[in-house]
Amino acid sequence: MSIDLSGLASYGVFLLTLAAIYGVVSLALNVQWGMTGLFNIGIAGFYAIGAYCAAIVTTPPSPSHLGGLGLPFGVGLLVAMAVSGLVAFLVGLLTLKLREDYLAIATIGISEIIRLVLKNEDWIGNGVRGIAGIARPLSANPLVYLAVVLLVLAATYLAVERARKSPWGRVLRALRENELGAQAAGKNIYRFRMEAFVLGSMIMGLGGALYAHFIGFVSPEAFEPVFATFLVWVMLIAGGSGNNKGAVLGAFVIWLVWSGTELLTNQLPADYVTQGSALRVLLIGVLLQVILLRRPEGLLPEERPHVGASPASSAEAEDEA
Amino acid sequence: MSELLLDMQSLIGGYGGNDILKGASLTVAHNEIVVIVGPNGAGKSTLMKSAFGLVKIRQGAVVFQGESITNMRPDLVVRRGMSFVPQEKNVFPSLTVQENLEMGAYLRKDGGAARQMERIFEIFPRLKERRKQAAGSMSGGERQMVAMGRALMLDPKLILLDEPTAGLSPLFIEQTFERIVEINKLGIGVLMVEQNAKQALEIAHRGYVLAMGRNRFEDTGAGLLANREIAEMFLGG
Amino acid sequence: MDVTDLLQLAIYGVVLGSILTLGAIGVSLLFGILRFSNFAHGDIMTLGAYAAFAVVSILHTPVWLALPVGMIAGALVAVAADQLVYRRLRRTQPVILLISSFGMALIIRSLVQLIWGPQDRSFIKGIDMPMHFGDLMVSPQQLWILGGTIVIVIAVHLFLTRTRMGKAMRAMSDNMDLARVTGIDAEKVIIWTWALGGALAAAAGVFLALDTRLTPMMGWSALLPIFAAAILGGFGKPYGAIVGGMIIGVASEMSTAVLPPAYKPATAFAVMVIMLVVRPNGLLGARR
Ligand SMILES: Nc1ncnc2c1ncn2[C@@H]1O[C@H](COP(=O)(O)OP(=O)(O)O)[C@@H](O)[C@H]1O
Ligand SMILES: [Mg+2]
Repeated sequence: MSIDLSGLASYGVFLLTLAAIYGVVSLALNVQWGMTGLFNIGIAGFYAIGAYCAAIVTTPPSPSHLGGLGLPFGVGLLVAMAVSGLVAFLVGLLTLKLREDYLAIATIGISEIIRLVLKNEDWIGNGVRGIAGIARPLSANPLVYLAVVLLVLAATYLAVERARKSPWGRVLRALRENELGAQAAGKNIYRFRMEAFVLGSMIMGLGGALYAHFIGFVSPEAFEPVFATFLVWVMLIAGGSGNNKGAVLGAFVIWLVWSGTELLTNQLPADYVTQGSALRVLLIGVLLQVILLRRPEGLLPEERPHVGASPASSAEAEDEA
Repeated sequence: MSELLLDMQSLIGGYGGNDILKGASLTVAHNEIVVIVGPNGAGKSTLMKSAFGLVKIRQGAVVFQGESITNMRPDLVVRRGMSFVPQEKNVFPSLTVQENLEMGAYLRKDGGAARQMERIFEIFPRLKERRKQAAGSMSGGERQMVAMGRALMLDPKLILLDEPTAGLSPLFIEQTFERIVEINKLGIGVLMVEQNAKQALEIAHRGYVLAMGRNRFEDTGAGLLANREIAEMFLGG
Repeated sequence: MDVTDLLQLAIYGVVLGSILTLGAIGVSLLFGILRFSNFAHGDIMTLGAYAAFAVVSILHTPVWLALPVGMIAGALVAVAADQLVYRRLRRTQPVILLISSFGMALIIRSLVQLIWGPQDRSFIKGIDMPMHFGDLMVSPQQLWILGGTIVIVIAVHLFLTRTRMGKAMRAMSDNMDLARVTGIDAEKVIIWTWALGGALAAAAGVFLALDTRLTPMMGWSALLPIFAAAILGGFGKPYGAIVGGMIIGVASEMSTAVLPPAYKPATAFAVMVIMLVVRPNGLLGARR
């Protein structure tokens, strides 16, 4: 046994950084699902777009893929968000007027197509070989990067929480809970859903960009797309969909559980170690079902606004109104 | 007075937390035709659904042939001899007429379905001609026949009809009421909600006026028809 | 690309269409009754294929004998998923069921991988010689797939139109509340619908494995074209699923005449999206 303290610390930093990146994506899903009720299971697609945009925008020029443009980190993040948002807008244009399960199917389709394009169109991202050498901003020190990611997470949280409390967020909730009522109130449902879908997808792209700079490498298979999507869903539901604190908490808790299962499966006899990831997926899948059955509202349930209160006076209104 | 078939006692209940029934009561005796009239939204349909466990009853009781069926599962209620023809969407549109009737006999284990179907074809000869046709492709009047036929397949003691003449032409309305009298002559109790209140009350033994989830008047059919106050308020003069 | 090549692609398309049809009928039946898109359907396919594979590799039976075993396994897993989880979630929002089925997909897939390992498998050892019809080629497996699908589709048709349970399924799909006040035991019909859907998915999985290979991801990858087929046929309409399956199958294979084969799923998706925009109720659904 050689537990090396600095090794442990750097593992901790690694875990925390990824948990924080997942926190960003979980917040993004909360905008779409928790606040608006939009069922997106193509998270990995927008995440991949963000990661590739960051790679293409910030790496030095290369003949093997599009770009690189050699631009700064911040520009990469903005482009990642812009492109993810644009793709989301196109998907939304086609599907947001349809039933919710059609949107779900369409998002699987879009993330599958994104993966296929990245894999087969070598000129974009060097095909299956991917793009390497994506640098971290400021310094290569992982602690510095952790600070950057935490900063972005905090900013995202504040922005999303502010959106949730704004009149816009209230309309979203009204739409989700009683669509006809809100429609009767003259709200343009489609526009609000589109805004939430695009905003959520932009933040997913942001998460992807953060990931690319952390790992330094992107490829179509760098993250298991279905599984990454699933994990984010478990995070949001475990944390409490509709609640932004819950979304972040869920990301950290589930990421720790997920990483913890790795320690567990590493104890398996050598023959089974290759099966470890399947066992871990199984555990998380079962965990989701248990949460849905036993505590569907999550660790931190959504804060319900008081019934019948106007936006300005809701804080004082009575529950029984 | 013969023993009661159906006894609904001071029902309170509705959809979600919203009470629509606010103390409605009603009885049907063996072999009776009972009519419920009342304004739109009074809770007439809700009252009928509550007898089949489709609406949650919070207070009160539904007793059928001496046994409590309050909030009982619909298939168990049907099994006890009470059938229901809902107000709308009361046939299976993609099933043929014959299949609709067969579904009516879904619970029947005695092999009497074929015989019962012949009896229903006697009441509604039109259905026999059209038995291979999809119910969804038929006219409103024909669909109403299919729905009633379906509800009769288990040879019930009591049949609940929610606005059986809604949207029909005057000729069809007349015929439908004749069929209902015919069905009643077979020894089947009838509880129906009707907007064509005058005609319905003419064939009814008794009637109720329901408003705001409560019954306001109760009398014989003739008595309600003769009551000028009621005629002005609910029967369109 | 000449006419023969296109015809050859059309044949492949019909074979793929058969597989998609079997999957889409189940998705459609379940949707018709439960109003919920089962995202675990593809992985039930995978499981059925592996169960049949186990029979073939242990008992050395021919594939067609193992097929019913695979179908029973698919039915059992589908019913178990419903009874253990979905049934308890049915009263909540339908979308919760979607999430749950997404989780169920991963559970089934990881079970398959734990039992049979992550590596590819194949029903066929060596290479079976294809048969030639003029310039066209068809492999014996493809004939089996086509024949098997025709038999199963006819059996499903007879079941839905001739048996009490089949008619009750159609009745439930038409109008659940009316079915319940008619005296139909909804829970029982739902269980049988899961069993039928699971069995059909498993058959689709066995055929897909015959046409290609067994991998833990095979069913999930087929899910998108299967949904596309079901949507094309008008969700909830099992007969529409046959038309939808064939259109998606043929379109996917034909697209390889102009696009790299890797984009087949994208073609299915494109056809579906066009369809959703132009006729959201499905090809057969628009007339009412
Ligand atoms: N499924 C339902 N969910 C919620 N409210 C309903 C439902 N059906 C009816 N209501 C409400 O219950 C009230 C009574 O309806 P109903 O019983 O259909 O009236 P009636 O048949 O007398 O016209 C109405 O205010 C109606 O809006
Ligand atoms: Mg009514």
